[in-house]
Amino acid sequence: MHDFQYHKPGSVADAAAAAAGAEDGSFLAGGQTLIPTLKQRLAAPSDLVDLSGVSELQGITVSGDSVTIGAMTRHADVAASGDVAAAILALAALAGGIGDPQVRNRGTIGGSIANNDPAADYPAAVLGLNATVNTNKRSIAADDFFTGMFETALEEGELITSVSFPVPEAANYQKFHNPASRYALVGVMVAKTGGGVRVAVTGAGPCVFRASSLEQALAGGLSSSALDGASVSADGLNSDIHATPEYRAHLVKVMAGRAADAAGG
Amino acid sequence: MPTVSMSVNGKQYSGEVEARTLLSQFIRDQLGLTGTHIGCDTSQCGACVVHVDGRSVKSCTTLALQADGADVTTIEGLAKDGQLHPMQEAFRENHGLQCGFCTPGMVMSAVDLVNNNPNPSEETIRENLDGNICRCTGYHNIVKAVKAGAQGMGG
Repeated sequence: MHDFQYHKPGSVADAAAAAAGAEDGSFLAGGQTLIPTLKQRLAAPSDLVDLSGVSELQGITVSGDSVTIGAMTRHADVAASGDVAAAILALAALAGGIGDPQVRNRGTIGGSIANNDPAADYPAAVLGLNATVNTNKRSIAADDFFTGMFETALEEGELITSVSFPVPEAANYQKFHNPASRYALVGVMVAKTGGGVRVAVTGAGPCVFRASSLEQALAGGLSSSALDGASVSADGLNSDIHATPEYRAHLVKVMAGRAADAAGG
Repeated sequence: MPTVSMSVNGKQYSGEVEARTLLSQFIRDQLGLTGTHIGCDTSQCGACVVHVDGRSVKSCTTLALQADGADVTTIEGLAKDGQLHPMQEAFRENHGLQCGFCTPGMVMSAVDLVNNNPNPSEETIRENLDGNICRCTGYHNIVKAVKAGAQGMGG
């Protein structure tokens, strides 16, 4: 790892200023992706701005119809929150299945979605539940946030402050683990929301996406039998030693069916 | 160079570090506490697990500066007055190790699990050892050890 200047600001404004004043600054959230990336010298920022001292980025707020999670809230805290589980059980369960316990004790929701790893779990929650990503500059709808592999709508120096999830009528997340890495080979969030049924898929493609053919099939009710005639195209899906695009397409439908049944209409 | 201060196993330490110093390096190289092992150094094997403010973390994936002001416990901090911690004793009793390289991390992860879940099922134990790799035992005796350790800890 190359050395860097380390900053630990106490407010969002100071964090943004520290990043803006750096030659090539990077925000440090939980560090569970960034630190391994630095160790491999795949990135070498001049400055790291550690966000762990910014109290306004911490915490969980549940109101009647939404759950807002501060960007620096750790996966373990979302998983253990009774308030989150009572409002959106699928979200708490998803957080409790990320990585391993040690990753969940450090990793944060803001870091996960800013990184937008193609196999990360949180992007499926944000997109599937039609969340809003709040930053120090604006609010971004989930449909506009994830723009490509490791790419988001965030601008240079823009900092996620929180993510707001509207409480769905029903939702469930199903993940098919890669047996070695435990990352999602395919993960599917199925949600029945005020705006209709949403099916968000992670792991299968270069970036989280909505499976519109499955959304249409499930519009009449959340049940795997509703997917009998539906299909998912393998075009553009990932291909590696673990799975072909066709197998991933098959898994998307299978996991969506399991999620639909578990969500229970 | 930045200065870092933390409590490790109840003793206060501070020292100058390069910003890029990992917690695992600080613990081993500057404090000489070599019970924390570095196996893969890529966040996967869990040999380097320590507790930071009561939570298990991979010290090879944490900067020393991120633990500034924290309360850190390493494997050396578990035994009290010459008595092994109940989880250490359970690993010994149940032969939960062969070469022993992964053991410090296994024990630290297991103690954190039992602190949060005093009476874990076999399935819960296996799920929660997801971040710790053992290449010798096949895990069966480790799982038995964690179950016995949980009882020893009062679960």
